[in-house]
Formats: sequence, C-alpha cells, structure tokens
Amino acid sequence: MKRYLQVVWAVLWKDLRIELRTKDIFTSMAVFAVLALMIFNFAFELRVPDKTMVIPGVLWVTITFSGVLGLGRAFISEKDRGSMAGLLLAPVDRSAIYFGKMLASLIFILVMEVFLLPLMVIFFNTNFISLPLLLVLFLGTLGFAAVGTVFSGLAVNTRTREVLLPVLLFPVMLPVLMAGIRATIGFMEGDALADMMKWVNLLIFFDLLYLVVAYMTFDFVVEE
Amino acid sequence: MTEPLIEVVGLRKAFGRHRVLKGVDLAIDAGTSVVLFGPNGAGKTTFLRILATLSKPTSGTVRVAGVDIKNNPEGIRQYLGLVTHAPLLYTDLSAEENLAFYARLYGIDAPARRIDELLERVGLLHRRHDLVRTFSRGMVQRMAIARALLHNPPILLLDEPDTGLDPQAAEMMTDFLREIGGSERTVLMTTHHLERGLELADRVLILQGGRIVFDEQADALSYEQLRPTYDEYVGAGVMVA
Repeated sequence: MKRYLQVVWAVLWKDLRIELRTKDIFTSMAVFAVLALMIFNFAFELRVPDKTMVIPGVLWVTITFSGVLGLGRAFISEKDRGSMAGLLLAPVDRSAIYFGKMLASLIFILVMEVFLLPLMVIFFNTNFISLPLLLVLFLGTLGFAAVGTVFSGLAVNTRTREVLLPVLLFPVMLPVLMAGIRATIGFMEGDALADMMKWVNLLIFFDLLYLVVAYMTFDFVVEE
Repeated sequence: MTEPLIEVVGLRKAFGRHRVLKGVDLAIDAGTSVVLFGPNGAGKTTFLRILATLSKPTSGTVRVAGVDIKNNPEGIRQYLGLVTHAPLLYTDLSAEENLAFYARLYGIDAPARRIDELLERVGLLHRRHDLVRTFSRGMVQRMAIARALLHNPPILLLDEPDTGLDPQAAEMMTDFLREIGGSERTVLMTTHHLERGLELADRVLILQGGRIVFDEQADALSYEQLRPTYDEYVGAGVMVA
C-alpha cells in the first residue's frame, strides 16, 4: 500500500510541479471560463428579467466546458511529449497512475473554480456563495475529474481525441450535472441542507461509482 | 543447464489484420548483449514493447526470470529498464527532478545518492538543476539511459537509442553502452547501424517480416560478413550504415 501511495503522490507531484512552471492548463481553463462568463452575461442581460435565475446553469456549464480543457491535457500532454510509456513502466498497479492524474485534474479544476466564483459574483451582481454550495461544487467536480480522467486516458490513443473526450464524457456526466444543478438551485433558494440531501447523496453515490469503475478498468483503458 | 533470463515462445502480435510478429522464438541468457537488426516495419519496436509489458501479445508466451509476463507484469517491470527514441523525460522538469520522479515510481528509498551517481556517470552532474528542455539531443539521450538504469535493472532494453544523434554523440553513446553493459546486465538492443551494433553485441539477430531469420554469435562475425548477410535477408536497397 505504501508503494501504491508513493506512486500516486509521485504522479500528482510531477503534474503540479510542471503546471506551476508552465501554467498551461490553468491559463487555458481560466481564459475559457472568463470568455464563457462574458458571453453568458451579455446574452442573458438582454433576454432574462432576473439574471440570478440562470446562475446554476451558467456555473455548471462553465465548469464543465472549461474543465474538459484541463482533463484533456491530463494524458494528451504525456502522449505528446512521449512520456506515457515511462508512466506505464512503473512496477505498480496502473490504477495508482490514474489516482495521481485524477487528483491533479481535480486540483486544477478546483483552482479554476476558486477563480471563477468571485468573477460570477461580480458579473451577476449577487453573492450566491455558501458553504453547502461549495460542498456540492466539490462533490460534482470530484465526479467530473473521476470519470473525465478515465476518458482522457481512453481518448488519448485515438485520432479524434479532442472531440472524443467531450462526446464520451458528457453523457456519462449527466447524473452528476443534474444533481449538481438541482442542489445549487436549492441552496440558492435557501432550502435547508436536509431537503437537499437526496441530491448530495446522489453526487456521493456517482463519485464512488466512477472511482470504483475507474480503479477496476484503468489498466484496460491505457492498454495498447 | 541454467534457465534463460528471457524466454520467448511462439510470440505473435497483430494490429487488426496486420500481423507484425509471426511466431518469434528466442532464449537469452543472463549477462548477454543481444543486438536485433531489421528494417523499418520488421517488428523490432513491437517486440521490445511486448517484453517491456507495454503491449500484450496476441498469442505466445514471454517469460522473464521464469515468470510469464502475463501473470505478473508489475513484478517484471522492476527487472526492466527501457530506452527508446523518445526519452520518456519531462522537458519542464530539471534533470534531478526527472530522476527523483522516476525514483518515486520505482520505490527507491533515499534516491539522492543514486541520482548523483548516475548524473555523474552520464556526465550531467553539473547540469542537474537545468531543465531538460535546455539539453542537446545527445544529453537528453544520456539522461534517458540514466533514467532507465535508476533502479539498477538486470535487463536493459534499448530501442534504437542512437536515433537522431550526430556521429560524435552516437559514438559517445556506444562507448557509454559498452561501459554499462558489463557481464552482469542483459542488454537487448535494436538498431539500424550494423557496425555500431556489432561492436556492442555478444549475439546478433535479424528480424524480418515478423520472424527471426538470423541468429549468430557476434565473435563469429565481422562487419564485412554481416553486411552482405543482412542485405541477403532484408533485401537490397535498405538503408543501413
């Protein structure tokens, strides 16, 4: 188990170190998120009487689309620099590589959210941030990173990898997106945590399901 | 009679309808340096990738130290070091950070001394803090060898390690490989360069059309004998040095 965790940490450390140096993933996700927010803001300003009504949808769509940019890079960057084989040569169960990559993607998307939320408060002129909402965001992002990292590993060996990742990911992500959006609406409308637990539990269930399936299948996913 | 360190029996590999390896049988004893020649598309890289557990055979068996690679791929990887034409390094990490990362992957405790030792051996200790992206192709390939030797594997697989090197850097690489080969480590190398390969080999193989068509001890061969033999098996007009 110590060896396993050592490999998880090694992959995570390496990805964080490279990102801190290059800022490639964060820059692309943050720029996309800002552009998406601006487009949504202008579009809804003209057509929607109360912009706060659209915040849950805008929040999750922006996270999902900008997050895909980061998830795509998880394995594409390894493939492009020819280092994928180096990871696969590690004398340990390959799911350890998955967990290292997944944690790195999770951190990148969470950092992007930390940048996104205050911007949304400014753009939509309302403070909708609360602790329960942050919990829902974390659980939704965990599910997103869990399943997205697997599909990133799957898509990397295909010719249409940039297109294939969202095409594979979004249908599988629907339960998490649905639960995340419903819980966000509830918390913004002041519903009690107890009333929203069914959505929170659904998020936890799908997070666990994605993680277990990823653990069991990752070796086949990256196989030639 | 001792068991061979690497034993390959009836190895076949197909990608869809395209059959790359059509039945390779091979036994390599511990401490032997084997050089595998063959034209592009002969299946050399596929063969090495299967030995390295990066690709699964369609049929046939591969045993390393008596263990079938299908049964314990994680255990087998500890025995192997792989150098390919891609260096498997991170250009945005320094030389030291790259080796420290791989040391963690291989579970090497207190790796600092081993990293220093290897960087010194490949002549890059003075560049330890520099990003790999600032290195020349020859330096990157020396780093790749340091990476492959980090966990001191008894088997070293080299897939055209001299690709893209200028003659001087290739000569340095040959000297270095001769030095690290030694009598204890088993080396299996593919190359297009007949003369350089012959210099390093105890045993010479030619892979053509997915089969080993030539297998001879290197001390029984001179370059002048090998070249026409290679042309005969592989066909005239194939570019070799």
